[in-house]
Amino acid sequence: MKISLDTVVKTFDTFRAVHGVSLEIESGELVALLGPSGSGKTTILRMVAGLEYADSGKIYFGAEDATDIPVRDRGVGFVFQHYALFPHMTVAENIAFGMKVSKVKRGKQEIAARVADLLRLVKLDGLGERFPSQISGGQRQRVALARALAVDPKVLLLDEPFGALDANVRRDLRRWLREIHDELGITTLFVTHDQEEALDLADRVVILKDGKIVQQGTPEEVCREPNSPFVMSFLGDTNRLPATVANGEARIGDATLPAPGVADGRAEVFLRPGDLDWAVEGSGVAAKILRVIDHPGGRRLLVAPKDGGALELDVAPEIRARAGDEGYVAVRRGRVFAA
Amino acid sequence: MSASTDRKPPRIGEQPAFRRALIATVLVVTAFFIVAPLIVIGMEAFSQGWAVYAAAISDADTRHAIMLTVVTALIAVPVNTAFGVAAAWAITKFDFWGRRLLLVVIEIPFSISPIVAGVAYLFVYGLQGLFGPLLQAHDIKILFALPGIVLASMFVTAPFVARELIPLMQAQGRDLEEAATSLGASGWRTFFSVTLPNIRWALLYGVVLCNARVMGEFGAVSVVSGNIRGQTNTMPLHIELLYHDYQTAGAFAVASILAVLAVVTLVAKVLLERQGAGRGGRHPALATPQPAMTAPKLATEKST
Repeated sequence: MKISLDTVVKTFDTFRAVHGVSLEIESGELVALLGPSGSGKTTILRMVAGLEYADSGKIYFGAEDATDIPVRDRGVGFVFQHYALFPHMTVAENIAFGMKVSKVKRGKQEIAARVADLLRLVKLDGLGERFPSQISGGQRQRVALARALAVDPKVLLLDEPFGALDANVRRDLRRWLREIHDELGITTLFVTHDQEEALDLADRVVILKDGKIVQQGTPEEVCREPNSPFVMSFLGDTNRLPATVANGEARIGDATLPAPGVADGRAEVFLRPGDLDWAVEGSGVAAKILRVIDHPGGRRLLVAPKDGGALELDVAPEIRARAGDEGYVAVRRGRVFAA
Repeated sequence: MSASTDRKPPRIGEQPAFRRALIATVLVVTAFFIVAPLIVIGMEAFSQGWAVYAAAISDADTRHAIMLTVVTALIAVPVNTAFGVAAAWAITKFDFWGRRLLLVVIEIPFSISPIVAGVAYLFVYGLQGLFGPLLQAHDIKILFALPGIVLASMFVTAPFVARELIPLMQAQGRDLEEAATSLGASGWRTFFSVTLPNIRWALLYGVVLCNARVMGEFGAVSVVSGNIRGQTNTMPLHIELLYHDYQTAGAFAVASILAVLAVVTLVAKVLLERQGAGRGGRHPALATPQPAMTAPKLATEKST
């Protein structure tokens, strides 16, 4: 089911949470709403679910105007941030709840069979008789998903689905959610503040700031062509350096970077740590190493350029470097934005 | 090392002298102020033997007082329970203007002397009161009759159920109801299948407390009931009357019934707290959205 939002606005008592957001989610797509806290991403998700009503604007499910359809009849599966499993019901009863209260009447055996299918789908066979308090966080997450899927939703909505889990469980569940999505082909929208999660999981990432969409596109598009300093720095570690632009080129130290479309004058260069290299001799920005941090995949150097400021760069593990060494930072690529 | 353990300074607040003195003080005070009077009630009630006790209980006026008290409780407790659930639901699940004010207003009966409530009802429904003439014109009796007694009892006990539920429901948040609704459940279905099961122990505890207070209420009821023997006397009022008539054994006999009620309430409270609700529900560990309830208990609960 395709979802379209047409200039949706939502204001809460004191502040405006969502300012005229328009968005299209194609049928079967897996889309991430990514933004810092307060960017309105959860409010958008709740409006799509019908848990909040938009003050103005329209929400369409396919061709149907769903703006005023109450949550009960909207046919969405919603997975809450803290799962919201019913603590007094077993896992199986939790999953069966939606089918039991549905207007579509199902027999006891039909419900039991579907619960068993769903438990298998979320790899929790045999845990149906447990209570939510007796299973782990990751398992609760999967129960919440199974419960949402039990009502055959047209759309699956997940609010910070992995927020409360530890790092390893999170990565496994992400891959697994992607598999389930590919298997069921259900249109899925999820909210996250974790850029790694969004890029890892989604077909398309919608980046929000202060209730507005700042950029949307595939993970490749937003990573390679960030359209603003905000997107650039929100998606990953960045170094900022002041620079001057002349004739479509930015100068930092004795290095130059292409700056197409940036007006002459003062500008800012954004560099990822991986865009920089370290050399004892050569050209680039003269600097001195302050600290070396070792990671399994390489080394990160914290350096102080001679002209002031600070830079962080990721280099290969074989690079020899020590605090106090002097050398040059070579700039391989970077993005220039007008200051 | 073992030699030094003897000389290890006691932890803060654990000096033996302090500890013993504190425990002794609390025990003595409890014995004199709480336990002794209860024992006296029992002893005095039976001081002239079973026969006198039985006679005091089976006296027509006493039986009427007991009946009136039970009828009052049968009306006031369900009404206040419904009110308490509605108030707690409204305050914790909705945002509306005046929500905080409502929270404070609900608590007024806790902080106000019951006799003030009684006098207030007198001014509203009394002959010289606000609605007095109107009520008299339609021959409706509120004061010095059952309606007045019920109203006064309800005023005094209005906060009990709401007070128990609000902290618990606040901690539980709205997620469960939202989840149930998004799965297609109606409002009633959500309330009975999701909300109620998660507040049932706190609710029961509130009801038990409310009932104990309704049956024991003296001040407010004494003003509005008129104290007519055999007609508008509830148990507490009847006790006072008997006492003033120098029927000490009778007074203590009726008092013993109220005392037993109090003990039953306490036992119920302890049992309910063990079920992980009541005041225990305010404990942060238990007030999480998914209270740590034990499975065997829940399993038996389901089968009933």
